[in-house]
Amino acid sequence: MARLDSEQDLIASDIGAYLARHRDKKLLRFITCGSVDDGKSTLIGRLLYDTRQIFDDQMASLEADSKRVGTQGKQVDFALLVDGLAAEREQGITIDVAYRFFATQSRKFIVADTPGHEQYTRNMVTGASTADAAVLLVDARKGVLTQTRRHSFLAQLVGVRHVLLAVNKMDLVDHDQDAFDAIVAEYRLVAEATGVGQWSAIPVSGLSGDNVAARSEAMAWYQGPCLLEWLEAVPVDAASEAERPFAMPVQWVNRPNHEFRGFAGQISAGTVRPGDEVRILPSGRKTSVARIVTSDGNLSEAVAGQSVTLTLAQEVDCSRGDVIAAADSPPQAADQFEASLVWFDEEPLVPGRGYWIKLGTQTATATVQPPKYQINVNSLEHLAAPTLELNAIGVAEILCDRDLVFEPYAREGAAPNRVLGGFILIDKSSNATVAAGMLHFALRRASNIHRQHLDVSRETHARLKGQKPAVLWFTGLSGAGKSTIANLVEKKLAARGRHTFLLDGDNVRHGLNKDLGFTEADRIENIRRVGEVARLMADAGLVVLTAFISPFRAEREMVRAMMPPGEFVEIFVDTPLADAEARDTKGLYAKARAGELANFTGIDSPYEAPEAPDIRIDTAAMSADAAAEAIIAALESR
Amino acid sequence: MGTLTHLDRLEAESIHILRETVAEAARPVMLYSIGKDSAVMLHLAKKAFYPAPLPFPLLHVDTQWKFRDMYALRDKVAAEPGVELIVHTNPEAAERGINPFDHGPLHTDLWKTQGLRQALDAGGFDAAFGGARRDEEKSRAKERIFSFRTAQHRWDPKRQRPELWSLYNVRTAPGESMRVFPLSNWTELDVWQYILAQGIEVVPLYLAAPRATVERDGLILMIDDDRFRLDDGEVPALRSIRFRTLGCYPLSGGVESEADTIEKVVQEMLLATTSERQGRVIDRDGGDGSMEKKKQEGYF
Repeated sequence: MARLDSEQDLIASDIGAYLARHRDKKLLRFITCGSVDDGKSTLIGRLLYDTRQIFDDQMASLEADSKRVGTQGKQVDFALLVDGLAAEREQGITIDVAYRFFATQSRKFIVADTPGHEQYTRNMVTGASTADAAVLLVDARKGVLTQTRRHSFLAQLVGVRHVLLAVNKMDLVDHDQDAFDAIVAEYRLVAEATGVGQWSAIPVSGLSGDNVAARSEAMAWYQGPCLLEWLEAVPVDAASEAERPFAMPVQWVNRPNHEFRGFAGQISAGTVRPGDEVRILPSGRKTSVARIVTSDGNLSEAVAGQSVTLTLAQEVDCSRGDVIAAADSPPQAADQFEASLVWFDEEPLVPGRGYWIKLGTQTATATVQPPKYQINVNSLEHLAAPTLELNAIGVAEILCDRDLVFEPYAREGAAPNRVLGGFILIDKSSNATVAAGMLHFALRRASNIHRQHLDVSRETHARLKGQKPAVLWFTGLSGAGKSTIANLVEKKLAARGRHTFLLDGDNVRHGLNKDLGFTEADRIENIRRVGEVARLMADAGLVVLTAFISPFRAEREMVRAMMPPGEFVEIFVDTPLADAEARDTKGLYAKARAGELANFTGIDSPYEAPEAPDIRIDTAAMSADAAAEAIIAALESR
Repeated sequence: MGTLTHLDRLEAESIHILRETVAEAARPVMLYSIGKDSAVMLHLAKKAFYPAPLPFPLLHVDTQWKFRDMYALRDKVAAEPGVELIVHTNPEAAERGINPFDHGPLHTDLWKTQGLRQALDAGGFDAAFGGARRDEEKSRAKERIFSFRTAQHRWDPKRQRPELWSLYNVRTAPGESMRVFPLSNWTELDVWQYILAQGIEVVPLYLAAPRATVERDGLILMIDDDRFRLDDGEVPALRSIRFRTLGCYPLSGGVESEADTIEKVVQEMLLATTSERQGRVIDRDGGDGSMEKKKQEGYF
C-alpha cells in the first residue's frame, strides 16, 4: 500500500498541494456484476478498505458484525460493509443497486454495485447505464457461468465499452495459473458471442486482497496490472464527447423578466461558443448563440457535460424538450423507431397501450408494437414473444404521437449516445418506470406518409351543423346502464336538433371489430379503433356517444389525447358490482361465475374506475331519465 | 478548456437534477438544514436558475434546539434578495414541551420526522430537495436520486423506480411526493473542496474554537445556552472543539480539534480514523438498521 501511504504523508505535510491535486482528478464510473456467491461485495469491501475509505468506528462495527452474522468464520466479512439494508443482511443477498465512492492519487471512482440474481436484470441495466467500465466477477472454482454470459450481453447492450473479467477466489484454487488460463479461454468465446469488444482478465482474491490494490506475491506468474491499476488506466467516456457536433436538450426556459430569455440545459455533446450557428429542433429554425450565461460571468466556451444557460441572437420559439444543436449537423427528428427494450415491471408490456416516453427532456405518448423478437439473455437466441415480461429484453417498433429529436444509441467504436438515444417508458396510471430502451433507427414510413391538408376543416363542419362537437364517453361495468342512458341522451339531443351518433360496444363488435376477442391486447385495440372512429365523426362535426365498458384508465386517456382539449367527456356510470351482477340483464355474470366466460370485467379482469370523471352518474341514486337530464344539463353549461 | 474534473461533473449533474425537478414538479421546496451540505445545495440552486430568483421556497423544520450560530446563518440567508424561507415548528411537540433531555428518540420523531411531514403536507409540496449524500450511511447508498414517497411519506426500498442515464421519472399521483437528492454522488471531501473553491459561507461551528463543553456518554457536548441541564457533579470545561455534523446541539457531539480553517478541517478529516456520522446520536437510536427504519417512517 506504499502509494496510498504517500498520499497520507502529503495530506499531513502539505494539505494545499494535496487539495490542488485532488481538485484536478477525473471521474470514472464503473459497475461490478457477478452471480450470488462470486464474492462481489467482498471485493468492493476490499477496494474500499485498501483505499482507506473505512474508518475505525466502521471497522469496529464490522468486526462485531462479522462475528455475529458474518460468513467468514473468525475473519472479517467485508461483504457486510456494502450489504446495506436490514432485509439484505438477514437474507445474505443484495437487492438493489448501491453506489460507493473511493479515490486514488489520480482518479475518483463511483462504483455501482449490482446484484446478480436473474430477477434483478433491471438493476444491472440501471447501474450500467452510466458506467464507463464493467468489472465482471467469476468464481475461479466455477468458471464461466450462464450469468457471466448474461452480464456480458447486458454490458454490451447498454454500451459499456471496457470490460474486466475478475477471476475471483484464486486463493481457493491454490493460485493456479492453469485454472485462470482455462477460464480466460472459455470467456473469449463468450466475449465473441455477446459482442464485447475490449476486455482484459485479472486473477484476484477479494478476501485476501491479492491483485486488488497491489500485485499479488502468491501469483507471480501474472504480469499484468492489478484491479486498481486497471481502473486508473481505463479511458473515461466523457473525455471524447467534447469533439462531437454540439447538442443541448433544453431543460428549462429561464425568463425572470422581459429583458432576459435563457435556455438552460446540460450539453450532451460537443463544444459551444458565442456566435456559433445553431438550429432549434425539431422546428429546424436557425439562429446563433449570443451568450453563455453563468452566475460567475459569461463564458467564452462550454463543453459536453456542463450545465449552462444559453441566450440566442434571435427571438425564436424554443421550449423544454427542444434541442439546440450545431446548425450544420443537427440530430434528426422522427415519430417511429425501432428500439431495444428492457422490461422492468411486474405487469408485462401491453402492445398498443399508450405509455409516456421520456427521451432527454422530451416527453410524449408512445405505443409499442408486438415485439419482433425477445432475446434469451442466456443463449442469445431470438425468440418469438407476444409481449415482454419482467426482465425480458426484446426488439420492437415504437410509435410516438409527435416527432422526437433523437440519435441512434449505439455508436461503432465510441461511447453510446446516452442522452438522445436512451429512453424510459412510464405507465400512465401507476407512474412506474416500466422499461428502458435504446433507439436503433427511425422507421422510414413515418416520413413518407404525410397528412393530407383538407380544405373543408373540422371547424367548418361544426359551424355548418351549428354545434360544438363532442365525444361523450360512457364507461362502467357490464350491466351498469351505459347503453340505456346513452340512448336516452341521444334521443333528447336529437329532439333538440343536435346531430349525433351512438357507437355501441356490442354493435361495433359485430362489424368493425369482429376480428377482436377479449384478451387485454384485443380490448385495447377495440378501444383504439372506436376512439379513432369517434374522432373522425367529431371531425365531421357530430356529437358522438360511445357505450363501452372500457375498463382500463390508460386507454380512456389514450382516446382523450386523440381529441382537441375539452372535446372528450368521460361519463362514469357508477354501479356497484353487486348491483350490476344482481341485475345481470344479459346473463353474462352468471356465465362468468360459472367459468364459461374468461376475462370478464369485474370477475376475473379488473375495472379501473375513473379517478376524476367529467360526469359521474350514481345509478343507485337516480333513474336513467334523471341521469340523461343531468348529462344534458352538464353539456349545455360547457 | 480541457475535460471536466470530477467536481465540474458533480456540479453539472446537481444542476441538471435541480432543473429537472423544477421543470416537472408542480410545487418543489428545498429542505434547508443550515449545515454544510445545505449550504452547497443552496449555492448550486442559485447557479442553476441564475439570473432568475430561486423558483422554490426554502423550508427549515425547526426543532428549537439548534445551535445559536445556526439560527444566525439561517436568518442571514433568509434576508438575501430572492430567497423565501418557511420555518415550521411542530405545534404538538411545542405544546408537549418535547426536548432532547427528557424524551430521547421521541424528540427526533416529533420535531423532525412528524414536523417535516406536517410542513410538506401543509405546503402541498410534491418534490422536496434534501442534501443527503450516498457516502453518509449504508441505507443512503441504495437510495435513488429521485426517491419516491407514498402519500404517507413512506420510503419503500423495494418500490424505488429504476434510474437510468440522467433520465428521472418525476411523476406522482396527488398526495404522493418525491424527495430529491442533488448531492447524492458527492462525498464529504467533495463538499469541502467545493466550499473552498467557491467561497461558500458555512456555520462557524465547523471550525475549531474554545467552547464550553461537558463530556457525556463518550460525546463532547457544547453548552450553547442556559437550557442545557448539567448532571450532578458535572462541571463545564473549555475545550477547543469543532463539529463535523450539526443538528440539535444537545445531540451533536463535537471533536477536539485545533483546525480553525477549512483547509485544516479537511486535513484532519482525511487523516481521521472515525466516520462523519459517529458524533450523531440519531443514527444509533434503535440499533442496527435504524436509519433505514427512520426513512421508511418519513425521515429524510
